[in-house]
Amino acid sequence: MVHWSAEEKQLIATVWGKVNVEECGAEALARLLIVYPWTQRFFDNFGNLSSPTAIIGNPKVRAHGKKVLTSFGEAVKNLENLKATYAKLSELHCEKLHVDPENFRLLGDILIIVLAAHFTKDFTPACQATWQKLVGVVAHALAYKYH
Amino acid sequence: MVLSSSDKSHVKGIFTKMTPNMDSYGAETLERMFMTYPQTKTYFPHFDMQHGSAQIKAHGKKVAAALVEAANHIDDISGTLSKLSDLHAQKLRVDPVNFKLLGQCFLVVVAIHHPSLLTPEVHASLDKFLCTVGSVLTAKYR
Repeated sequence: MVHWSAEEKQLIATVWGKVNVEECGAEALARLLIVYPWTQRFFDNFGNLSSPTAIIGNPKVRAHGKKVLTSFGEAVKNLENLKATYAKLSELHCEKLHVDPENFRLLGDILIIVLAAHFTKDFTPACQATWQKLVGVVAHALAYKYH
Repeated sequence: MVLSSSDKSHVKGIFTKMTPNMDSYGAETLERMFMTYPQTKTYFPHFDMQHGSAQIKAHGKKVAAALVEAANHIDDISGTLSKLSDLHAQKLRVDPVNFKLLGQCFLVVVAIHHPSLLTPEVHASLDKFLCTVGSVLTAKYR
């Protein structure tokens, strides 16, 4: 089980409290598809992903980004119990969606960059370290039920 | 992975804006890397790791200078970094996984100090550039 110090919990809550889940989620997913274009393989039915502009403006990308980050909010609320929180989603990503867990790590790294750009100097080294730890454990929990 | 002409122009463009503060960006990148990925400290057992450490400042300056050199000679990164590549292969032998970690922290520093310049397109190009630098530095490992 992952241990979270009081300071880490505070850093997570403070940042999350100021995140616009819809905007941040849309941006993170768009950047994932732009920076690592092979991730587009999971989104054949999303329509036009032919350019960064198309991806950023794509309503399905925005909607899905919001969905993904909203789910991330469950992690923030259940820090002590991430494996259980993501058990069903993990099975889904393995059995139905067939997503290589490496993609969770890529999205996590992108989310960190989006948060850094949004919070700038407030995204202190301690904040970055805590959030990098959080995205890592979320990725791990999402991969946990893979078989 | 190939750097397209627009990748090169994105990288050169953002590096031009960053040059005045590159030394401090280098130090900040290292500080963030040591804090976020503590295993990276194993390569610097002799370093004072406190915030503001002179050693981190000096080493950050070196790292930043190498990135600037690579950006300035972006058509021939392997040639430009050849000596550094030898050094990493023969003497330093930093495990290849760590270059990605350094790259991630450098992107965070860019995002913090130049959020409006780090558009998704520039982000993609800069990420490719940093991967290329990492590949060059580990190219002679075996």
